[in-house]
Amino acid sequence: MSLLAIKALSVSIGDAAILHDIDLDMRAGEIVAITGESGSGKSMTALAVMGLLPRGAKAKGQIILDGHDILQTPEPALCKIRGKTVGMVFQEPMTALNPVQTIGAQVAETILIHEKTTKAEANKRAAAMLERVGLKVPPSRYPHELSGGQRQRVVIAMAIALRPKLLIADEPTTALDVTTQARILELLRGLVREFGMGLLIITHDLAVVAEIADKIVVMQKGRVVEVGATQDLLTNMQHPYTKALFAASSHLVQLPVHTGSVQLLSAKHITRDYPLPRKTLLGPRPTFRALDDVSFYIDHGERVGLVGESGSGKSTLTRAILGLEDVQSGEITLDGAPVFTGKKPNLAVRRKMQVVFQDPYSSFNPRHRVDRLITEPFHLLETPPTGQARTDAIAKALTDVGLSPDDAGKYIHEFSGGQRQRIAIARALIIEPELIIFDEAVSALDVSVRAQVLDLIADLCRKRPLAYLFISHDLSVVRTVTDRVLVMQAGKIVEQGETETVLTQPKHPYTQALIAAAPQLPQLKQAV
Amino acid sequence: MIRFAAGRLTSLVISLIVASIVIFAVIEVIPGDPAAFMLGVNARPDTIAALRAEMGLDQPVIQRYFAWVAGMLQGDFGTSWTYKTPVSDLIADRIWVSLPLAIYALALSTLIAFPAGIYAASRRGGAGDTAIMGATQLGVAIPNFWFAMILVLIFAINLRWFSAGGFPGWDNPFQAIKSLTLPAIALALPQAAILARVMRSSLLDMLGEDFIRTARAKGLTQRQALWRHAVRNALIPVLTIIGLQFSFLLAGGIIIEQVFFLPGLGRLIFQSISARDLIVVESVVMLLVFVVIVVNFLVDLAYAAVDPRLRTKS
Repeated sequence: MSLLAIKALSVSIGDAAILHDIDLDMRAGEIVAITGESGSGKSMTALAVMGLLPRGAKAKGQIILDGHDILQTPEPALCKIRGKTVGMVFQEPMTALNPVQTIGAQVAETILIHEKTTKAEANKRAAAMLERVGLKVPPSRYPHELSGGQRQRVVIAMAIALRPKLLIADEPTTALDVTTQARILELLRGLVREFGMGLLIITHDLAVVAEIADKIVVMQKGRVVEVGATQDLLTNMQHPYTKALFAASSHLVQLPVHTGSVQLLSAKHITRDYPLPRKTLLGPRPTFRALDDVSFYIDHGERVGLVGESGSGKSTLTRAILGLEDVQSGEITLDGAPVFTGKKPNLAVRRKMQVVFQDPYSSFNPRHRVDRLITEPFHLLETPPTGQARTDAIAKALTDVGLSPDDAGKYIHEFSGGQRQRIAIARALIIEPELIIFDEAVSALDVSVRAQVLDLIADLCRKRPLAYLFISHDLSVVRTVTDRVLVMQAGKIVEQGETETVLTQPKHPYTQALIAAAPQLPQLKQAV
Repeated sequence: MIRFAAGRLTSLVISLIVASIVIFAVIEVIPGDPAAFMLGVNARPDTIAALRAEMGLDQPVIQRYFAWVAGMLQGDFGTSWTYKTPVSDLIADRIWVSLPLAIYALALSTLIAFPAGIYAASRRGGAGDTAIMGATQLGVAIPNFWFAMILVLIFAINLRWFSAGGFPGWDNPFQAIKSLTLPAIALALPQAAILARVMRSSLLDMLGEDFIRTARAKGLTQRQALWRHAVRNALIPVLTIIGLQFSFLLAGGIIIEQVFFLPGLGRLIFQSISARDLIVVESVVMLLVFVVIVVNFLVDLAYAAVDPRLRTKS
């Protein structure tokens, strides 16, 4: 008998149909991955199984979980099923825990609300479960004292405290670093084996899917477009969308060959300390060293990647290069001129570099039209273009990134995520900078959109020599769009060199660990 | 936690020192002769000189400041110019009316606001929520003295359950509490309306948080999730408002004190300002500042008790 059987499930909210005729079947001990791009209905399917659809959602069809039809079960009975028969792990470990309760109490709560047992007994079992998920801190800790990976372990402990038959994990590793991601995936796999439970994992990351799943379900716009056992599906994709999805995830771009070696950006022995709160009332403030003797350079027209995990100092370095903050020691120069002079950024230098940020949704003022948004860097110029020259500059910048000059009059909410990132690039290009910093610029995009934006970047390089610093946690992306790569760990650059060489023959143990942890799409697909 | 409390305590002491310097400076040092001010334009020079000597104004500023502070620390606030009695006695009489009244009103306001706010949040958009939000809208809009008059009309004049005003003293605690009841309700209602709205919106924010979804996935009912996970997290903004309200209730009850003819601090300050009795004004203001700072200190401690993140961050 199947553990979970979804039959002809349709969900709508108001007039909008979210899910159409979903069918899905899984057995105990099986790992099923639902994948697809944002808006495909992956998470909604998971919430439907939990009986936690948002208010106002109407569901039709059947969801049979361990003999219960979830859609026909009244709320009080659903509460008895949730946590006991089915547990759920969410994407964002930083906010998934109650900040004012100890982690032990939160795990014990799962036991206490489902079983008649004493608090002491529940606490004991919670502690054992926290140990089982590999957490090495005492249960008396609060969530804010833990890292993202540790918090995700707590969330998992909470979900599996009663050994549910089904565990649903919605993007459980998306917010985590690659090395942490590898450990969490290993933990989930181990738990499935040990408890014999089913795991329904939802992720947009095809490499993760290929690595962990027994069966893959591909969704697009609220429909299941293809289902198959992992090996079969990977070797014999039927649906064009599945093919497109896998092709986009291993998308490679052709950069024009970089020649010449005239130095553009130079950073020498950069150190940046942040003050921490005082330990004693009048004692000296301890400091945290975010950048520790960092030195590197970027040549004119050179594409350099910067990889490292969260907290390694990537963002601090970006801020220092842009002259947004001064550094304690060392010097950063662009074309020989310091980026930071006196107490403020050097505008003459600042106009030679621009930045594109990660989040295409929050990095624009929603009240301004596109023309105003992308001409913002003009204030760096001594004589900003006006009248026809300004209009022409706007039209050129928009055309360069594959948008239409007519888009200048629109507001940002009228664009999709990928288009917004194009607008962000247009904003960076409009004053024709020497250097662009891409700060996780493609990380928030769906794979197909990401492939398009990467193509755009390669195109721009072909039109004119463009130097950039490409910051990303995604090694496969860095590999295709950069000539040289810097690897950062704990504020230090531990390895640098030609991208291909560093990624195929890493010398530093940290680089080796990063590469080993990054999930890989099977080779057979890279040939497509 | 102890380090956090010690840190807050240090800032409390520093605030008090700064406040005392500012109050002293404003009243005694800033140009203009306090003695001449207190006696008015028609005073004879020798009367002014006598008052100056009595107030110690002929001594250096620093010495006067330390004498003032040292006196306060020993409970000696000087002698009132108009009442001719020690200021400490004046304050002691009044504070035994104002402080219980403020605490009473705050307790009532919290007792009304918490259930109302929680109920409204848990029934968001429903009839109960609409009714409570409508009532709080009225409560915020209507001034408390109007409530006071309505209460007097109903409960004192028509029903005769309470007296319309006055305070019999604490010899008979039951009578004392009874005479403070109508004023406390009049003070509490508008505050409760504000507090209920803050409680509701703060709770609704919390109910949208990810950890509520996590709690629901564990098998908690919506109500359990609200009580076990949302309420405590929602308390931080609510505590801030409670702290502000207490300070207001202590000194800001002057209109209510007038309506109910209560001998409270508000009236004392009003009367001493009218009579230009700067000695009393200075001391009462210092006392109020002291209370506000202490209340803020307690609110800080309450924050830390509610939220573990604040304990480690001191």
